[in-house]
Amino acid sequence: MADPMADRSRVPDADTGVDAGPVYEVAGLERSFPQPRTRLLAPSPRIAALAGVSFEVRAGQRFGIVGESGSGKSTLLRCLGGLEPATAGSIRFRGREIVGKRERRLGFLRRDVQLVFQDPMASLDPRMRVRHIVREPLVAQGTPGADARVAEMLEAVGLDPAAAGRFPHQFSGGQRQRIAIARALAVRPSVLLADEPVSALDVSVRAQILNLLADLVQRFELTLVFVSHDLSVVRHVCDTITVMRDGGIVESGPAEQLWERPRQPYTRQLVAAVPTLRRALSGAGPAELVRDAAATAGGDRSAAADEAHDPKDGR
Amino acid sequence: MTAAEPFATPDGPDVLRVSGLHVGTGRDTLVEDVSFSVGPGERVGLIGESGSGKSLTALAIMGLLADELHASGDVRLRGVDHELLTAGEAERSALRGDTMSMVFQEPMTALNPLMRVERQIAEVLLIHGTRRERAAAAAAARDLLAAVDLPDPERIARRYPHQLSGGQRQRVMLAIALANGPELLICDEPTTALDVTVQAQMLRLIVDGVADRDAALLFISHDLAVVATVCDRVLVMYGGRIVEAGEVRQLLTRPQHPYTQGLLAASDLEAVDALGHLPTIEGSVPPGGRFPDGCVFRNRCPRGDERCTTWPGWTGTERSGYACWYPIGSAHG
Amino acid sequence: MSDRFVAEHPPPDVAGSPDRGRSWGGSAIVGATIIGVIVFTALVSFVWTPHDPLLVQGAARLQGASSEFWFGTDRFGRDVFSRLMMGARTALFVGVVAVSLAGLVGTPLGILMGMAPRWLSQLFLRTNDLLLAFPALLLAIMFGAVYGASTFTAMIAIGIATIPVFARVARSGTLQVLSSEYVLAARSAGRSRPAIALRHVLPNIGGLVIVQASVSFAIAVLAEAALSFLGFGTQPPTPSWGRMLQEAQELVAVAPMQAVWPGLAIAAAVLGFNLLGDGLRDRFDPRLDDSR
Repeated sequence: MADPMADRSRVPDADTGVDAGPVYEVAGLERSFPQPRTRLLAPSPRIAALAGVSFEVRAGQRFGIVGESGSGKSTLLRCLGGLEPATAGSIRFRGREIVGKRERRLGFLRRDVQLVFQDPMASLDPRMRVRHIVREPLVAQGTPGADARVAEMLEAVGLDPAAAGRFPHQFSGGQRQRIAIARALAVRPSVLLADEPVSALDVSVRAQILNLLADLVQRFELTLVFVSHDLSVVRHVCDTITVMRDGGIVESGPAEQLWERPRQPYTRQLVAAVPTLRRALSGAGPAELVRDAAATAGGDRSAAADEAHDPKDGR
Repeated sequence: MTAAEPFATPDGPDVLRVSGLHVGTGRDTLVEDVSFSVGPGERVGLIGESGSGKSLTALAIMGLLADELHASGDVRLRGVDHELLTAGEAERSALRGDTMSMVFQEPMTALNPLMRVERQIAEVLLIHGTRRERAAAAAAARDLLAAVDLPDPERIARRYPHQLSGGQRQRVMLAIALANGPELLICDEPTTALDVTVQAQMLRLIVDGVADRDAALLFISHDLAVVATVCDRVLVMYGGRIVEAGEVRQLLTRPQHPYTQGLLAASDLEAVDALGHLPTIEGSVPPGGRFPDGCVFRNRCPRGDERCTTWPGWTGTERSGYACWYPIGSAHG
Repeated sequence: MSDRFVAEHPPPDVAGSPDRGRSWGGSAIVGATIIGVIVFTALVSFVWTPHDPLLVQGAARLQGASSEFWFGTDRFGRDVFSRLMMGARTALFVGVVAVSLAGLVGTPLGILMGMAPRWLSQLFLRTNDLLLAFPALLLAIMFGAVYGASTFTAMIAIGIATIPVFARVARSGTLQVLSSEYVLAARSAGRSRPAIALRHVLPNIGGLVIVQASVSFAIAVLAEAALSFLGFGTQPPTPSWGRMLQEAQELVAVAPMQAVWPGLAIAAAVLGFNLLGDGLRDRFDPRLDDSR
């Protein structure tokens, strides 16, 4: 494996004393949403966002979830974060069930699991100063010494502690994402759930944030669950990749294996469709390259690929 | 005849010729001294991050800038005997959707939500007189839908935009843009909102659509890999300026401008150092046109020094060159 | 980012950042100026008026404008200008009390409605719509019939009738804020629902509520004038613009200017608050315009 961090052995977490078992055990997870009624007396139809998903995340893993729009990847992440109720199935976090628990009984999860979202403007309250944003999890969980921790976290994500007094809109996209990461790590969680954290960022800033995440994952010995539509980003960040489609898991495996030797046609299609600089420079002209990608993606569902999705997903 | 002079390019006169384009509000300059040309059948990529001015450049060419923005310079289109920036709105709207057309990032906002797809395409044909009768235009609209590989064009034609997926909508946009056989097609991040598998198909359709009509393509994106896949030639914009231009291969393998080099390094997720780190460009794009004087990149540039407080000027030809005091090829720093 | 998690809520298109539209628009400045003049007049009336607004002077009835009586006198010989000044006091007093009552009750109610479970929220909403359809004037007249007509019953009635308006605005704003990612982040931080309401929802719908307050203020001033005109509001001899209008009505053929002055005052106040409301709306959140 090219990435040395993937092989480092994980030190048992001193706070919880748990390391042996998996962090997350997900079994038969389902989540469906009611649709508007089409008939007066019949029950309203439901759309399945997750249709029976099972997997495990082990401590210290950098677990990537890849999928296109409508694949259910974000819904899955929210279920893992206890922010979205599952319809059926089970999610055990360090052995404790979270499906079916009320939000205020999820304190154990909140202390240990934090999230970073895609759009750092939308995920920071525009009317709060950075200090209060970063403190929020500390205050919510009654952790003492919040102010010192705010400065420490801002420093850890590469921001000037003086940033604490300002509002989110006074920062660039990359800086805002750093603030969001500082907030997530303030309570010293052992698990970080990241939902497309670099998709809204400029290319030059994306690399900075990916490096920062890698550093922080190592420094704070985090287990990372990273969701993205971009296979090349997930491959860079994660050691294990799960490919999702239409609410189910298509394929899982070590990152390099999945990228180099995908077993499922859909995964192959995803890999083939990603435009990369290397591919573009490998000699073929642009038209041929694009045709290649489309041809590999072709076969079973080329033109029909986006047709199959619910139109409402196409945002 | 005040038509554009014939320019010396391999394939005859240029389709689009932009010289000394400036875009600004009263206070700030957002695009400065942008000059380039696109020949027939040529696919030129315009690369830049947020705030680089790439979309403003496209909107200025199309005459679609917001009221508070002003463009000056010289923009000429093959077969049009007047300059575009100073032309009246009537003249410009006669060109839009006909001689030049544009595909936007978010098709939902570019399509009329209250009009069926077929009518939206037919409308473009009727307005510009490509078809005279409604029935003929409707038939042509369905042919165009089939040409952008939409399955069952008959059914799609009767739908409203919200009943389509993102990829389908973007194909409809492309069908509209290509309807009147434009000389110039501008695509502004046309696949950024799409899934990768859909993106690949969309890119192929754009390339084919342009090739079939021997039209010129100006392809705007922040994604180097996508531009490299689609285009022959690339313009790199930063801080409202073109900082480097060149053939795709040459520019991507031997960049001259430190910004191009940094962008390339940061884009390649396969190249990491011993710690697993990606190479980065220091700092971030300054917001709202607050780029430094002189070289716009100097506050993030590893090679910048006091000489960079004056704008370096252009080295090389318009088709291939750079604006830097200390290009990568030179021995400095 | 297109999974279906927001199915129950409006799209995550949420309350504005403070940097949007930083400058105050022209309409807000004009509106604020008009209201400033009215407030100033009302304040001055406490310490000084050209004449005693209540003093009946039989000798000086129905005079035209003069250097002594700037806007003339009414049929009891009272100075119209002085009465207008004091009327401003009544108008503002009614507005402040009615809008405060409506805002202080309606806003929390709306937030509760927004945060309640879906079925309860729907029930609230329908009930609210019913109340919204009930005319404020009718309510005030009923109040007046039961408790006796006075400025106080008028403003309480206007305030109560305005509660559903605030509730509705607050509810729609709350739904938008709740569907935002920062609320998701707050939940994952472990914030309780009351804390989310207080820390995130309230500050972010504050702008909306203020806009609504200024618009409702205009309506309250108008309603008080209408009630007084009908005899269900402010009682003589206390001056109120609506009352003055009513008294002038009988004499319109003899002294038309008597009706013009209070009419102008009402129009100016309503215009001022509406302009201010428009300006505030532009500043706080242009996108929430049509969301209610």
